[in-house]
Amino acid sequence: MTLLEIHEPGETPLPHAGEGSLAVGIDLGTTNSVVAIARESVPAALHDELGKALVPSVVAYPAAGGVLVGDEARQVAAAEPKNVVSSIKRLMGRGAGDVHAVAGVLPYEIEPGTGETDMVKLRIGGKARSPVEISAEILKALRQRAEEALEKPVERAVITVPAYFDDAARTATRDAARVAGLEVLRLVNEPTAAALAYGLDKGSEGLYAVYDLGGGTFDFSVLRLEKGVFQVLATGGDTALGGDDLDRAIAERMLAERKRDGLADQVDEAAVKTALALARHMKEQLSDRDQTSGRLEIAGTPSFHALTKSEFDAMADALVERTLGIARHVLDDAGMTAAEVQGVVLVGGSTRVPLVRTKVAGMIGKPPLTDIDPDEVVALGAALQAEALTGGGDTLLLDVTPLSLGLETMGGIVEKIVPRNTPIPVQLAQDFTTYQDGQSAMAIHVVQGEREMVADCRSLARFELLGIPPMTAGAARIRVTFAVDADGLLTVSAEERTTGIAQRIEVKPSYGLSHEDMADMLYDSMDHAEADMTLRLLTEARVEARRSLLALEAALAKDGSLLSGEERTAIDEARATVEAAMAGESRDEINAAAEALETLSKPFAERRMDRGIREALSGLSVGELENRVGE
Amino acid sequence: MDHFARLGLPAALDLEAASLDRAYFALQRQWHPDRFVAKPPEERARASIEAAALNDAYRTLKDPLSRAVYLAELKGVELPGDGKTIDDPDLLMEAMEAREELHEAPSSEAIDGLAAKARNEMNKAMADLGSLFLANDKSAIRKTLLRLRYLDKFAEEARARRMNIERSRA
Repeated sequence: MTLLEIHEPGETPLPHAGEGSLAVGIDLGTTNSVVAIARESVPAALHDELGKALVPSVVAYPAAGGVLVGDEARQVAAAEPKNVVSSIKRLMGRGAGDVHAVAGVLPYEIEPGTGETDMVKLRIGGKARSPVEISAEILKALRQRAEEALEKPVERAVITVPAYFDDAARTATRDAARVAGLEVLRLVNEPTAAALAYGLDKGSEGLYAVYDLGGGTFDFSVLRLEKGVFQVLATGGDTALGGDDLDRAIAERMLAERKRDGLADQVDEAAVKTALALARHMKEQLSDRDQTSGRLEIAGTPSFHALTKSEFDAMADALVERTLGIARHVLDDAGMTAAEVQGVVLVGGSTRVPLVRTKVAGMIGKPPLTDIDPDEVVALGAALQAEALTGGGDTLLLDVTPLSLGLETMGGIVEKIVPRNTPIPVQLAQDFTTYQDGQSAMAIHVVQGEREMVADCRSLARFELLGIPPMTAGAARIRVTFAVDADGLLTVSAEERTTGIAQRIEVKPSYGLSHEDMADMLYDSMDHAEADMTLRLLTEARVEARRSLLALEAALAKDGSLLSGEERTAIDEARATVEAAMAGESRDEINAAAEALETLSKPFAERRMDRGIREALSGLSVGELENRVGE
Repeated sequence: MDHFARLGLPAALDLEAASLDRAYFALQRQWHPDRFVAKPPEERARASIEAAALNDAYRTLKDPLSRAVYLAELKGVELPGDGKTIDDPDLLMEAMEAREELHEAPSSEAIDGLAAKARNEMNKAMADLGSLFLANDKSAIRKTLLRLRYLDKFAEEARARRMNIERSRA
């Protein structure tokens, strides 16, 4: 439905009229996620009705059905711990083999029968679900929040990933976005996004560092800035190190104290989750006071626990030292010393821990940059990049590969083809040859990591180049090409070059989605298609109704005098009806109320049009009028 | 197109870091895939190939040793692949002695000292290379580059060793 509108020339009463679908920035975090949008280089995080920007990265599949994300999902955790997943980012792109290694740390039930090299699946809510599917639910919730806040469809996004994310995890992140109906404009490394948010590209020149300690991951990056160019010199980190470890340490301490005091607890999942929630709260309190205490209740038995800041610092010290060790290594990689760093940006909620701030300041010798909320800074940077990519910006991000990529050669040794910290996109090739006379096939095993032996690196993919024509050993020239695109995603191809018979195989790493998985997931999203569609139509109806109300309000403010008192009352009543319908859940009611309002205000719109024409014509001579008409 | 030509730079051993950066940034501004997000797929593919070639060129020319090796190869000097055995007896002796010294170094300070010595030797050898290139003395260029490669590897090893010591202390 449309209302007849008359605008002053150059004046558009509705915000963002005429824009297509919007592009947002998304920080898909381990603990919390944030969605933000930038307009004219001013980024803003999008809040919910309560003004909260952070969406806990928690997904629940309650027994009653449906899917809940964020705070709502968290509320289910106590009653149905088995149906709630948190920190899923830690499993992005991980194989079942990797996850067994952290079993016991993460309270997940792994779907039995998952092969060691397949992407891990969790048993949640009685159903096998992949990290990609679970992350897609978070992305869907963020997308919906953005669409409601912006009253526009949102179909494109810049999504941030830890710089240290390997290829499989990046692929998994892209897949999750696809399942959530988002086109990924670019995967941007979190530290780069943070530097962008600080506007370090504007005016600042020199060497900067980004120290990012989130819930579950640590990253440290060194960037060089020069006239709008962001050049990542080196980056490093640990994908299993973060503030969650501190929560766990506090929780373990409390459980040990209970045991010491003779409480025979059944430490089940619900108890662990309760203890972790209390631990997190206590940790946060110690950010601005010297001591805190908490009451932990398990199976109806309460216990009281005190924690001082110095006790907490002692627990956190080893973790912070580990991060500083990684930081020194990265600086070394960049060929720089801490003294050369002009500023360090702090990212991630865990950098609120005072010990972190003190120790980072101590290492760099300067107080860190903390003006922007460390929980939002990455999403804000992503939003700026989303705007730059869709609207055209002048900033240039030159990123690097975080880990070396190579091939297995004889004896299980790694031959590195793309060393870490190589600028991307990049395409590098190396020639290999056959080992035996008449060898007709060559196994190609792609690995990622810094170690020399294949066994110590991460296996990404295996494939065979077949049909090598019979030749003596060492005569064949097999060129293996590694191409890493601007998102950091790898494609490997191989061909035999001496015979002119080009063999070419392209391979995507394992742990990404197999076609079957993708099909399953699409099928699954079809299961929910009806509910999704209903929700979408309802949202659209609300958006349309809001738009009409705003237009009518603007018209009433300007030309309200055209209405009689009675007419005005009738229109105001109809407006109230629309508002009431919008608060409800019925799309039909909203549409009916909006249509009634349109019919009722039609005479008003016509009168406004007449007045507009009269005003435009008044004061014109006949000659001028003829000229106008002739135009 | 060779890496120097791609960046619009003269094929020379001496290359100022600032002018290399300038040329590279200017071309990346033109070709980086971020500039082509809204363009048709063929243009995007073209940009990706150009940007990848620029990155390869930049990476090769940025490091003085890899630049020297690349320039030597352009001039027809044949070098054995990386990681092949050393075929120069003098160099072999130097390498073995140095490695022994490194393994016996008692502290990270001692290791830093050895690394500094290697870097110093590298600087001297790099300086020699300039005149060898001028004289186009291919066999001397080859010999010097192999020695440089070894010294570079030694510095890397010293670094790894120092980090190991620091880690085991922490």
